[in-house]
Amino acid sequence: MIRAGGLRPYRAIVGARFRVLLQYRAAALAGLWTQVVFGLVLIMVYEAFYRSSSPATQPIAFAQVASYVWFGQALFAMLPWSADAEVRAMVRSGAVAYELCRPVDLYGLWYARAVAQRSAPTLLRAVPMALIAALVLPRVGLGEWRLAPPPSLACAAGAAVALLGAFVLSCALSTLNNVSLLWTLGGEGVVLLMTTVVTLLSGLAVPLPLLPGWAQPVLAWLPFAGLFDLPFRVYAGHLAPGQLASVLVRQTGWTLALIALGRWLLGRGLRRLVVQGG
Amino acid sequence: MAQIVVDNLVKTYRVAERTPGLWGALRGVARRTHRTVRALDGVSFSIDRGELVGYIGPNGAGKSTTVKALSGILVPDGGRCEVAGRVPWRDRIAHVAEIGVVFGQRTQLWWDLPVIESFDLLREIYRVPGDRYRQARDQMIELLDLGALLDVPVRQLSLGQRMRADLAAALLHGPAILFLDEPTIGLDAVSKLAVRDFIKQINRDRGVTVILTTHDMDDIEALCTRVMVIAGGKILSDGTLVALRAQVTRERWLTVDLVDAGAAIDEPGATEIRRDGHRVCLAFDPEVVPPAALIQRLAGRHAIRDLFVENPPIEAIVARLYASHGQAP
Amino acid sequence: MTRLPDAIGDAIRLYGRYAALSIRSQLQYRASFVTGVVSTFLVTASEFLGIWALFDRFGQIRGWRLPEVALFYGLVSVSFAISDSIGRGLDLFGATVKSGDFDRLLLRPRSTVLQLLGQDLPLRRIGRLAQGLGVIGYAVIAGSIDWTVGRALLAVASVAASVCAFLGLLVLQATTAFWTVESLEVWNAFTYGGATMGQYPLSIYRWWFRGFFILVVPIGCVVYFPGVAILGRPDPLGAPGFVGWIAPLAGPAFLAIALQVWRVGVRHYRSTGS
Repeated sequence: MIRAGGLRPYRAIVGARFRVLLQYRAAALAGLWTQVVFGLVLIMVYEAFYRSSSPATQPIAFAQVASYVWFGQALFAMLPWSADAEVRAMVRSGAVAYELCRPVDLYGLWYARAVAQRSAPTLLRAVPMALIAALVLPRVGLGEWRLAPPPSLACAAGAAVALLGAFVLSCALSTLNNVSLLWTLGGEGVVLLMTTVVTLLSGLAVPLPLLPGWAQPVLAWLPFAGLFDLPFRVYAGHLAPGQLASVLVRQTGWTLALIALGRWLLGRGLRRLVVQGG
Repeated sequence: MAQIVVDNLVKTYRVAERTPGLWGALRGVARRTHRTVRALDGVSFSIDRGELVGYIGPNGAGKSTTVKALSGILVPDGGRCEVAGRVPWRDRIAHVAEIGVVFGQRTQLWWDLPVIESFDLLREIYRVPGDRYRQARDQMIELLDLGALLDVPVRQLSLGQRMRADLAAALLHGPAILFLDEPTIGLDAVSKLAVRDFIKQINRDRGVTVILTTHDMDDIEALCTRVMVIAGGKILSDGTLVALRAQVTRERWLTVDLVDAGAAIDEPGATEIRRDGHRVCLAFDPEVVPPAALIQRLAGRHAIRDLFVENPPIEAIVARLYASHGQAP
Repeated sequence: MTRLPDAIGDAIRLYGRYAALSIRSQLQYRASFVTGVVSTFLVTASEFLGIWALFDRFGQIRGWRLPEVALFYGLVSVSFAISDSIGRGLDLFGATVKSGDFDRLLLRPRSTVLQLLGQDLPLRRIGRLAQGLGVIGYAVIAGSIDWTVGRALLAVASVAASVCAFLGLLVLQATTAFWTVESLEVWNAFTYGGATMGQYPLSIYRWWFRGFFILVVPIGCVVYFPGVAILGRPDPLGAPGFVGWIAPLAGPAFLAIALQVWRVGVRHYRSTGS
């Protein structure tokens, strides 16, 4: 396994990514703006649905739906989207074979890449997004659409822990995305599939509670709910603090399973490529 | 009959200044300081139909700025310019239909398409009538020996092949004026000769006016009877190569191969500029010391195996010209 | 100067050539093309699945039922697919300017916008196009639309107008690349955001949001009003019946304005150099 001193190469990758991304302030602002507009469209749509229906069809209050949307938008960059451009270039050029020469644990290296890919943009986007949704909206008279604060400190703390679990889980999914490139020789098929599935089943397209009732038990136990839906329920106080353990179990369980799958696929994938001479 | 007239062209750029270091970067976010660069500082010249003109200068001298203005891409800040009776940047579409431009470092052909398909597409873009196109195309293919390359995608061509294809492409629509920007850069010796031959031929046989921008002095010596030197946005010299040389120096170089490698050479009127083992190079002014007299004196004092007299290489001439006007090459 | 009909015919012919080349080179990679189309179809289909799920739960949105919303959704989907494909060269203009390749376009005796449009015509957008047509098909079958020739033509006009509106946005996006290459993403709020917004009938949004997408970026205008006219139902916004029939004009008008802004951008580029 990885020893403490051996973490240096992984830290280096993450640090380098951060520095690159911090340079692109203008792009970050542009992205923030787009997300705000998207969030507003979604919230207006849900508001219209809510005003047209009876409370019997509404599993959660509208204010919670608004918070849910902003929660998801803030964490948007953390979700396992597109494959790492560096990995894609490596696979296409064949340079990925050099990975086998590296004196470090390969899956750890790939996981570190995913951490680098996900962490920097998340931190850059999440905080400003949350601030705008929580503080700016009430100022401009759209207070009923804001990101509401957690009802208690315990919920906030619990949400922080759950978000950490979500981050680790998302990186495992991201790594799987990158590993898939080995098997499709640079083709984006699996990544696109992952994007579709994640969009629908994580709650980003439609808040999970609003999806059909019969689907709820399935959704709750799929890995994607752990990305931000479950952390949100802790944040908003839907789950008793004691149920935090259940959330963490689900997140961690899936993370370990995905890591195991990823390790296996990475090893086989690299060896397969080398054998083929590709 | 002047085809290209440039009168007092002026172009200034504002360049953002970058202060190095973290503090500079942070300050740069708040306020950017600018430096003005006079890329063209009153450039004037005129070129007649059918001339083959070389246009040289150090990097950043204003060569590409001039070419951009002449081709209509760039609008200058001041001065007058007329190409074939048109102001290039005013009637862009009418103007660019009559000129061809070749950049040495990037191709205008479509990367994934076979050469012949690029040609056909260009024909459509330039609206060349069928017969004229076929004639021009076939002539270019023959002159530049492109027959075997027609079905090859451009990305698979070697640098020399690509340049030949680019030259052909630039002439398919029968332009009267051709701008060449570093056409021989990176080419092997054989390709360079082929490119030079082609340029000479189309200039001589078809009367295409050629403006050649290059750093390669061999190109200039091989092709151009007229050379313009630009540095710091100003034209330093405009005339024949001989006149350019004379403008800078009358100096000639005498190179001798001595039998005795260590022999000291001390001749009035001759300065030793280089010694490499047996070979010694002396600079002298032929008006002060006639070459024959110098050779006789040297032969009298030293045992000489071989000797030759030449002009200083044009690079040295041009470097001195730049230096005398305060420009680094 | 060439006469306008000649000029347009000329431009169409050149674009046709560009398109044929692009299509041919894409079809060379048949497997990749097929997977691209299929996956785009699945992605967009899952998007509609989300909307279906919402209607399954709530039944209606401000008086609009699923088949009616499906008409708006389908119209937007089809137009977005078409304009996203045609306008790919504009979408990538940031890279073109940065690499200096725009100079080469200026050196050719043709419209720069036409050349940019001709750079690529990605076919995998057909997946989204098929999905959009499928959704419209559903709207036709499940809804009770009284189709007349006039209404069918209006639907086509609406799509054409939306394509103009989206292309106008892409032209404006490309124009900003003359000044800054990093912030181009701001326009996604209008292109993708506009497409998402247009999927639902305008009447469900707040007045200021509606107003923007009717008067400023007329995506809402060219989809909603014609859609209402096609559905043959009274407009909750209170616009008189004929509005739906002239609303498509806003699309080409917007594009024309965008092209004027583009000219300003090109003039700026040619004054400051690359």
